[in-house]
Amino acid sequence: MNYPTEEIIIAGFGGQGILLAGRLLCVAAMRQGRQVSHIPSYGAEMRGGTANCSVVLSAERIASPVIDMATAVIALNGPSVAKFEPRVRPGGILIWNSSLCKKILPERTDIQSIAIPATELSLTEGTERAANMAAIGALMALKPKLMTENHFSAALDEVVSERNRRYNPVNLRIMQAGYEAALAIIKKN
Amino acid sequence: MSTQNLHMYRRPEALLNVRTHYCAGCGHGIIHKLFAEALGELNIREETIVVAPVGCSVLLYNYINVDGLEAAHGRTPAVATGVKRAQPNRIVVSYQGDGDLLAIGTGETLHAANRGENITVIFVNNANYGMTGGQMAPTTLVDQRTLTSPKGRNPQETGYPIRACELLSTLEAPAYIERVSLHNPGAVKKTKKAIVKALQYQKEGRGYSFVEILSMCPTNWGIEPAAGADWIKTSMVPWFPHKVFRDRPAEAAAAGGKAS
Amino acid sequence: MTEYKLMKGNEAMAEAALIAGCRYYYAYPITPQNEVVAYMAKNMPRVNGTFIQAESELAAASMVMGSAASGGRAMTSSSSPGITLKQESISYMAGAELPCVIANIMRGGPGLGGIAGAQGDYFQATRGGGHGDYRTIVLAPDNAQELADFTVEAFDLADEYRTPVIILADGYLGQMSEPVVLPKPTGKTFEKPWAVTGAKDRKQNIIVSLLLHPENVLELHNLHLQEKYERITQKIRRYETYKTEDADWLLAAYGTSARIAQKAVDKLREDGIKAGLFRPTCLWPFPDRELAECASHCTRLLTVEMSHGQMVEDVKLAVNGAIEVDFYGRAGGALPTVKDIIARIKNYEHSEFTHVQAS
Repeated sequence: MNYPTEEIIIAGFGGQGILLAGRLLCVAAMRQGRQVSHIPSYGAEMRGGTANCSVVLSAERIASPVIDMATAVIALNGPSVAKFEPRVRPGGILIWNSSLCKKILPERTDIQSIAIPATELSLTEGTERAANMAAIGALMALKPKLMTENHFSAALDEVVSERNRRYNPVNLRIMQAGYEAALAIIKKN
Repeated sequence: MSTQNLHMYRRPEALLNVRTHYCAGCGHGIIHKLFAEALGELNIREETIVVAPVGCSVLLYNYINVDGLEAAHGRTPAVATGVKRAQPNRIVVSYQGDGDLLAIGTGETLHAANRGENITVIFVNNANYGMTGGQMAPTTLVDQRTLTSPKGRNPQETGYPIRACELLSTLEAPAYIERVSLHNPGAVKKTKKAIVKALQYQKEGRGYSFVEILSMCPTNWGIEPAAGADWIKTSMVPWFPHKVFRDRPAEAAAAGGKAS
Repeated sequence: MTEYKLMKGNEAMAEAALIAGCRYYYAYPITPQNEVVAYMAKNMPRVNGTFIQAESELAAASMVMGSAASGGRAMTSSSSPGITLKQESISYMAGAELPCVIANIMRGGPGLGGIAGAQGDYFQATRGGGHGDYRTIVLAPDNAQELADFTVEAFDLADEYRTPVIILADGYLGQMSEPVVLPKPTGKTFEKPWAVTGAKDRKQNIIVSLLLHPENVLELHNLHLQEKYERITQKIRRYETYKTEDADWLLAAYGTSARIAQKAVDKLREDGIKAGLFRPTCLWPFPDRELAECASHCTRLLTVEMSHGQMVEDVKLAVNGAIEVDFYGRAGGALPTVKDIIARIKNYEHSEFTHVQAS
């Protein structure tokens, strides 16, 4: 099967599970035999409250874990939209959290901009902390080659700590809600 | 001369039969001998490892028949920590001078004490840097002349001599802290007792023990060898008083005694 | 089934150290290698080992010295500014011939510099680093797997040659997570009759680097060290080649730079340009003969580094004027790009072509 190389940036603020979402993408791809790399932003930036990570998934050996222009960006808050929208490749994908981006909205027309109310979808399950799962679900709808639902569930079990694994059924449902929301947008367009 | 006296002055087993490189009237020789005697009395020579500092006593292992290694200047307690953590059942002694302990190695001194490392620090305070020819030390007295305080130590410029025992006594962890000196035979006997006690405590796993010894350096003090002891008494002791600053095991025993 | 784990380079290295039997780890926090310190704090108790967060880099490296002198497998890690402080003990341990492993997860300098990965410490690592006439073995991994594998080997090399071994990686390698298969212990054991363990039923063991008397003792000791370094140089030849057999244009790079250079080789080959990569996996001793051999049929050599030209000096020494050596580097946390490398090589190809036309 032909796997295109994906270079994905995930961004938001601390506590939104940014790094975990990145690791989940990596583990799901790793279990399908792909090369993966995951690198967080580290240092002072991290302590300022924003977080992002860069994920590269490829059939070939990965040169640099650092992404110049991304095939997809997941932006879970307003500042992340502002910062990373310019880093989406022309024709690439921006999944943005419309629940939290009220003032800063995406502007580019040469990319596929997908508004997902990720925090609201998470809140329907009684938590605001799983917006990352909704966004991953949306990404899975837009990039079907990434992983199946089975891959997702297995990867989730691997990256979530034992203590929090009991929430995985909830995470799965939120992922599915994000998936459906994105699918609806694709169909409409 | 009675045979008893001959016995008293016999070379301790742990002291190697070599010529000294120390100056006439230097205190290190006395301290080496006391240390060697203590090793014999506690029967710990075969399990003792000394860490030598940079300073006059860098060749300590040439005199004491124990395993030894040498630290970078000031890192003596850190090296001792590494040895002790790797070999908790060995006796580890960090032998240090005033520059090593209180200037370049202040951080290591403070933190090894603060961790309560189960090691013994023997601190030889002779109020100057001996090995390099007599420069000012952190313990050089006010008005004391050295190569780098030619007009005498001026506290306005260089501060006052640091009191190691008092400083370490602000820490919670140390088990035993005492200052002793070599200024007369009685003081030497007390010094020996302090060294034995410190090593005994280490052997019992009581934690960090620290013995500061006021020692003579007549060469760099610019006085006759025989005058060194008096100089300690008249110049150093007023600033660095003899005292047991901390003796947790004894305090615990006393408290236990009262309770029972 | 191969058991891949997604691990950060720093963590893979730390776990590999435990696998290798490292039981004494002392360090002071510094970005971007903090995960090593945290991993050791958490996991040393699992193997009944010792972890101390030291009061300084100076102290940490001295603690390593104490445990190494005791016969234990000891390690410290840091990043560039911290490694500078450790040079004191590294020199002492080289002089006293104590085995240990020191990892430098390099960041940009000089001074406090930045926290992003860089390769500006090549000179420091390969030329000894501290004072005096000594060398340390320098292993250069380029992914998380090698960080783990090389760490296990580093402990054996340190014990075999009684010398400090440096693992030289950059912040990107330390911070990046990649699939890793944890290595197995090599099972090699080394007798250490020289260790200071108490002079029971034997003469005293003394571990020093101070040699004052008689006068020629220090010179003899230095000659002994040089003889050892020569043995190491004969024995350790570590490098990888990638598509070099028919290459016209040879790239030389290590660590993260090598990953980028390798990608450039692939892209150039897609365009019919014969490029190849020589990647030293040990920087001291440097695989000079092998590089010269590899370069002998090439037209030109381009060294790629995350510095402004350090390894390039060893590359030039290796080829000794046989072919032209060019340099391309980015520093201060910036990465060389595949695009820039391709442009350079295409430029060579173009000038070579026009040269032929003119003649």
